[in-house]
Amino acid sequence: MTQFLSLLLNGISLGAIYALIALGFVIIFKASEVVSFTHGSLLLLGAYAIARLADPLGFLPAVLVGVLMTALAAFLVERLIINRLRGAPVISLAIVTIGVDIILLTELIRQIGPDILNIPHPWGGDSVRIGGVGISENRLIAMGVAGVLIVAFFVAFKYSSWGVAMRASAEDGEAAALMGIRQGRVSALAWVVAGVLAAVAALFLVGAPTPGVSAAAYTVALRAFPAAILGGLDSTGGALVGGLLIGITEAMAAGYQEQLSFLGRGFGEVAPYVVMIVVLLVRPSGLFGTKELTRV
Amino acid sequence: MLSVDSLQVTYGGAVEAVRGVSMEVPDGAVVAVLGSNGAGKSTLLRTISGTLRLHRGRVDAGTVRFGDLDLTRRDAGQIVRAGVVQVPEGRRIFGRLTVEENLRAGGMGNRDRAAKAEAITRVHDLFPVLRERSGQRAGLLSGGEQQMLAIGRALMASPRLLLLDEPSLGLAPRVIGQIGEVIAEINRQGTSVLLVEQNATMALGVATHAYVLDVGRVSLSGDARELAQSDEVQRLYLGHTGATPEQQRTERAPRRTLSRWTA
Ligand SMILES: Nc1ncnc2c1ncn2[C@@H]1O[C@H](COP(=O)(O)OP(=O)(O)O)[C@@H](O)[C@H]1O
Ligand SMILES: [Mg+2]
Repeated sequence: MTQFLSLLLNGISLGAIYALIALGFVIIFKASEVVSFTHGSLLLLGAYAIARLADPLGFLPAVLVGVLMTALAAFLVERLIINRLRGAPVISLAIVTIGVDIILLTELIRQIGPDILNIPHPWGGDSVRIGGVGISENRLIAMGVAGVLIVAFFVAFKYSSWGVAMRASAEDGEAAALMGIRQGRVSALAWVVAGVLAAVAALFLVGAPTPGVSAAAYTVALRAFPAAILGGLDSTGGALVGGLLIGITEAMAAGYQEQLSFLGRGFGEVAPYVVMIVVLLVRPSGLFGTKELTRV
Repeated sequence: MLSVDSLQVTYGGAVEAVRGVSMEVPDGAVVAVLGSNGAGKSTLLRTISGTLRLHRGRVDAGTVRFGDLDLTRRDAGQIVRAGVVQVPEGRRIFGRLTVEENLRAGGMGNRDRAAKAEAITRVHDLFPVLRERSGQRAGLLSGGEQQMLAIGRALMASPRLLLLDEPSLGLAPRVIGQIGEVIAEINRQGTSVLLVEQNATMALGVATHAYVLDVGRVSLSGDARELAQSDEVQRLYLGHTGATPEQQRTERAPRRTLSRWTA
């Protein structure tokens, strides 16, 4: 029972981080009608920038600058490429984002080299026990920060002008344009928000129990894709539920490895994708999505 | 005043949808544009509103001017801010947003807070039902209420010129009558109106001046009352050769009279 609770808690904290990434993915899809595969490298950029800047600047300023840099990179990708290709088929746009991702990723891997960079989290790598249930301090703080960001996001999405503009143009772009809503602006802002969320996710993803910033952080980010897709690509609520579901699945599959050994080694790594496939077989547009993935 | 001069528009570089149309909407007027399906009515409004690009359409020649401003090829946001706002064909309300959020979206081209507050009062006075339903999802409204929301949403931008694309489409005759009254009231409050319709009875009832579009060209134009009496409009749009009692004409389904024309 304790093991179960511990895995659940760790799964939720991991899921909250995935949810941050998936939320960005979903709002980009809603605002720009692009399935953004640049997310993995944006995340790695965030982690890399924070790790590199932490020494000269100190931890908090490094986080701030790293987050801003990632947001800026996302903004530039939208302005320089995506915005100019508006109206292109969704599939071409998706492939363009893969291209951008590969370019960014290649450069980042070259910069990082074979090292593992460390982000000197002030909270260190210790674990805490909450009523017998253990969790790393990093993950506990991640859960808190992600929770606050997610609530802030949903409040803004529901009540701010940006949120209304975003939902209106996601539902009917032409009607929104007729209201004077500037889709370019809505879309650019979505990328900025997604960049911020990805960088914050990165900050926690490369802390305990994960070793540090290496190219491998990229593959961790990829697990947020099934989170977004199984929740429903155009549903923000779905991104949250999907993130949690993937996080918990991953933690459980890893924790009960022994019992699940008949499924093969390393089932924890593939479990998120298995869950995604099962969900999509039952509900092709995801748990809460309205647009079928066939359109993508 | 809106003036369209020798406008030519094509889609995808091939389909000529508007072929040399000139027309005017004087300040304070209600001007109607009649024409059957495919005549180029929506294309004309898309050109004025700057949304042709979203349909792969292009202005090949001609100009659209509003007062001193050249609107030709401007982007949609600038045109809204210039005071020209469209209620698109088929209403196109945001069905997943609440009524209130729809109105909020309509006010987004409007930076002036005082004007926005005034606009919401005006909309609620015109359409009390939108106040009652403000928290409800817009997709749950009836067809007539959705049309009112679409008009209210456009009014949130405090337009000087309101463009309406077939507001009577798919509505019951009684509701079409209400829409006609609302248009007249909006105009009385000082907004000019360009009303595109297939329902000639309603349109010629509120308009002072009218144009008839036929396959991208203006085939007839003139005083609305005179046009309504003219043999051609009687035959083509009102489905009659003689005078009909007002009552009876309002009851007629717009689609039927029109299909007779296209046939
Ligand atoms: N997006 C489009 N692409 C290509 N052709 C179009 C498009 N929209 C309209 N058309 C064509 O342009 C002509 C005028 O259409 P439209 O302006 O919609 O007429 P109306 O509103 O009077 O029914 C028609 O021949 C129509 O087929
Ligand atoms: Mg039309």
